[in-house]
Amino acid sequence: MIRSKSVLFLMILLSTVVSYVFTGHPEPSWPIAQIDDYVLNIIVLAGINITLAVSLNLVNGHTGQFSLGHAGFMAVGAYASAWLTQVRGKEFLAALHFCDAAAPVVAFLLATIFGGFVAAIAGFAVGLPSLRLKGDYLAIVTLGFGEIIRVVIQNTDSLGGARGLTGVPIRTTLGWTFAIAACAIYVAASLVKSTYGRGFLAVRDDEIAAEAMGINATKYKVTAFVVGAFFAGLAGALYAHFIGYITPEGFNFLKSVDVVVMVILGGMGSTAGVSVAAVGLTVLNELLRQAEQYRMIAFALLLIVLMILRPQGLIGDPVRWFKARRANR
Amino acid sequence: MSESKSLLELSGVGIRFGGLVAVSGFDFSISTGELVGLIGPNGAGKTTVFNIITGVYAPSEGAVRFSGSSINGLAPNKITAFGIARTFQNIRLFSSLSVVDNVRTALNLHLQTGMFGALWRGRKFREEEHRVRIEALELLEIFGLAKMADAPCRSLSYGDQRRLEIVRALATRPRLLLLDEPAAGMNPTEKVELMKLIRFTQERFGLAVLLVEHDMKVVMGICQRIAVLEYGRKIAEGTPSEIQKNQRVIAAYLGEEVVDA
Repeated sequence: MIRSKSVLFLMILLSTVVSYVFTGHPEPSWPIAQIDDYVLNIIVLAGINITLAVSLNLVNGHTGQFSLGHAGFMAVGAYASAWLTQVRGKEFLAALHFCDAAAPVVAFLLATIFGGFVAAIAGFAVGLPSLRLKGDYLAIVTLGFGEIIRVVIQNTDSLGGARGLTGVPIRTTLGWTFAIAACAIYVAASLVKSTYGRGFLAVRDDEIAAEAMGINATKYKVTAFVVGAFFAGLAGALYAHFIGYITPEGFNFLKSVDVVVMVILGGMGSTAGVSVAAVGLTVLNELLRQAEQYRMIAFALLLIVLMILRPQGLIGDPVRWFKARRANR
Repeated sequence: MSESKSLLELSGVGIRFGGLVAVSGFDFSISTGELVGLIGPNGAGKTTVFNIITGVYAPSEGAVRFSGSSINGLAPNKITAFGIARTFQNIRLFSSLSVVDNVRTALNLHLQTGMFGALWRGRKFREEEHRVRIEALELLEIFGLAKMADAPCRSLSYGDQRRLEIVRALATRPRLLLLDEPAAGMNPTEKVELMKLIRFTQERFGLAVLLVEHDMKVVMGICQRIAVLEYGRKIAEGTPSEIQKNQRVIAAYLGEEVVDA
């Protein structure tokens, strides 16, 4: 149990060091001399997708509440953080002048965390009334929420409206991306791997029985929703400061579906499987760039086939798989 | 029996669903150490009474008191925290969890550390996790399930699943245990086992047990007292032999005797 925490700190330390070594300077640039820009792009996107998929898995997989609004929370995080660093960028930097040269990085980090918190608040606001719904109904409500967020941003001129927000400072590095992904994995894995966390699984398996065993199902569901939204917000902030340009269209329903596909492909409720699926699908997306217009068709087909043949997910739980292999030997 | 202060007390409890009166004017009480049966023909309102006690429904009238405090209309999880645990007619285990995790989940109620403990994983958390596992294993041991502790609960036999449900309910540390048709779907041998199990549980843990059951052999065999419901009203209450002789009960189950003129 101690081990998992030290592993997390090591990973964060390592990824921070890596990002500094490669960029040579904490200055705003993700381009790295040693690795090809394009490859690096994909790696960072994969890291963001891991955060998204693992956090959605907490809701859809572990707690069994089907949410289709993850892109909405991502948008909240992206826009909230960009509001700090771009819309109010000058004032924000000025307020951080005491950090000297590190001010831009500190600003980025604070903005990212701010994005996460705003998304978490949105998650609470959406979750509390809607989590009494089940199955398809919850999916529809969360889908509606995602669309509302998008339309609201589209009509908010101070956030760039439908044109989007340009000139978001580019500060997301490989290190920060994977530090946050590592946090997401750690939080999801350690939450579930505890007596407290078994409550999430109990709510998923049988809500009525869980209630009868003294588990406050509503509280668990809202907690999963809020934690999931928090990390979606972080992922959104990373994305905004990685691309440097965000539009409401970028966080539409299809983005949510992308994440859902990762979760289902990786195996609902398996943090490791979902992480692997997030990386796999990111890479696959890039490889199939030429056939972009067929992507959603392919995804839909993939989901149908998967649901019929392997509902536990393509990957399931790699950790358990390795353990079983070792045990068999 | 009625001398001791009762643990659970229902007075004038009634519930309506729209125009339908499911239960009305129901008075009932149970004390620590008692094993009481609640019977009645289909649709008499037994399960509704159960659901009122466990908080699934809030009664439209009357009062439910548990060890002195009102539990009227509290949420099910709050009522469980008061010390009322239940099992289900159709087994409702947490199917993706292992046997021991099913029990651990029910121990959640008594955790000192919560979400942040699970994230920080400090010494207090680790000690508690250890304690919880030990307690769960001890409970399983009592019911002979410790060997299967880490097996998926789906892999247990039907009888063992029923047993595990009782263990899980006991893990919430109840003072009153409600059993909803535990003999459903059991063969005669299993029913005999079940009766032993229920009596054992009651004595070992010093509980009050309320049993809703269709099977007369089981009810008559182990209950000290039986209450009979018909059309949402209590028509009789007494010892098994009293109930067996009660004309209203016989009429409720077998219909009125038709006397030819």
